Amino acid sequence: MVQAKELDPNFRNQVLSLPGGENLLRCYACGDCTASCPVRGIDERFNPRRIIRMAVLGLKERVLRSDFVWLCSTCYSCHERCPQGVKIPEIMALLKNLAVREGYIHPSFKKQAQLVRDMGRLYEIEDFDNKRRQRLGLPPVKKVVDEVREIFRRTGAMRFLE
Amino acid sequence: MQKGQLRYAFFLGCTVPIRAQNYELSARKVARLFGIELVDVDDFSCCGFPVKSTHAPTTSLIAARNLAIASNLGLNVCTLCSSCSSTLTEANMRLAEDTDLKRELGRTGREYRDEIHVKHFVRVLWEDVGIDRIREQVKRSLVPLRLAAHYGCHYLKPREIFGFDEPEDPRSLDELIQVTGASVVDYENKKICCGGAILGIDEDDALQIAKKKLDSVKESGADALISICPFCSIMYEDNQRKIESRFESTYELPVLYYPQLLGIALGIEPSELGVRMNKVKLDSVFAKLE
Repeated sequence: MVQAKELDPNFRNQVLSLPGGENLLRCYACGDCTASCPVRGIDERFNPRRIIRMAVLGLKERVLRSDFVWLCSTCYSCHERCPQGVKIPEIMALLKNLAVREGYIHPSFKKQAQLVRDMGRLYEIEDFDNKRRQRLGLPPVKKVVDEVREIFRRTGAMRFLE
Repeated sequence: MQKGQLRYAFFLGCTVPIRAQNYELSARKVARLFGIELVDVDDFSCCGFPVKSTHAPTTSLIAARNLAIASNLGLNVCTLCSSCSSTLTEANMRLAEDTDLKRELGRTGREYRDEIHVKHFVRVLWEDVGIDRIREQVKRSLVPLRLAAHYGCHYLKPREIFGFDEPEDPRSLDELIQVTGASVVDYENKKICCGGAILGIDEDDALQIAKKKLDSVKESGADALISICPFCSIMYEDNQRKIESRFESTYELPVLYYPQLLGIALGIEPSELGVRMNKVKLDSVFAKLE
């Protein structure tokens, strides 16, 4: 059951103010998103209509501390079909971003972001990789580290990845 | 067609150059045959997509930096990975209108100069080369093959950033397969996501989503699945064994990258298309073509 004291009336404003969250309040809960969702098709924990409703109501803690918020596969089926133009995958992304700000970061996404920060890519390019590429007649791949790291520093993303 | 129009900065991203060299090799070979010049750019990094769930502004800036580099070379960008395609396309749209992102980019010492465009390699084949010109070049008809087209998600969606083909009833890849002489099967779950984006979050969920497609394709009787994204291939090909053992099913379903298929039809030696790197052996496919 939802207790009134759990509701944070500012939460929706937070979502509305971030890129992609503008149309949150247009949702009339038809459920096209949930019906279209491949994750929902196999895992009941993830229900986009419910998550959007929770955001509208201001159930901030329940959303941001949840394990389900990380389960969006960003397939955009819901986005294509939403009759109200609610950008659901963008809202899922910004909810994850807000969760990160509140200190709840999924270890898998943390690892991915750290790799990009440290290597400029998701994979470290070893000599072995470039030797193999050379054997195949492919040009070497270079590491691009400094500029990418500088971007993390500049945007303030560094502090979430310690 | 003028040569200059078919010159692209080749954006490999993270996964293709390390884990999908067969995709890269075959794309390069096919491109050369059509006079598409793919220019390698040392300074490209990750597209930024893997950071979006953690910190979206960082994603935008990483993407913008890559686009600035291409813009300074005066080149449009061609991608092989669908996630790179959507991330760069979205940032490219924002650079055209969003002065904040431009300003942020400027502070990093990079500048987005003249507007450029981003296209997936398959879209380049469909739009810039075109079905008619491809048909003229087909040397080896693939008539005996029945194939399942897998579009994945970020090649066409969200539609407002791409604006080509029809995400709810796509045909570009179907047509590109048919031009080789092969037929395409109609199958359930044609548009379903591969599940790759949540593989690290919940492996069981991700594999179950991938399983749905494998089940449907098997049911259709297709000889192979045609992929255009390295993540989709990781789910359907690299993880096929795992799905088989976890859910007690059998597929033995070959998965080819589209440029590999096209390359075979264009008469390129299969060994030059990296077919030995395909994790599920392609013997059954080649046997049908004997």
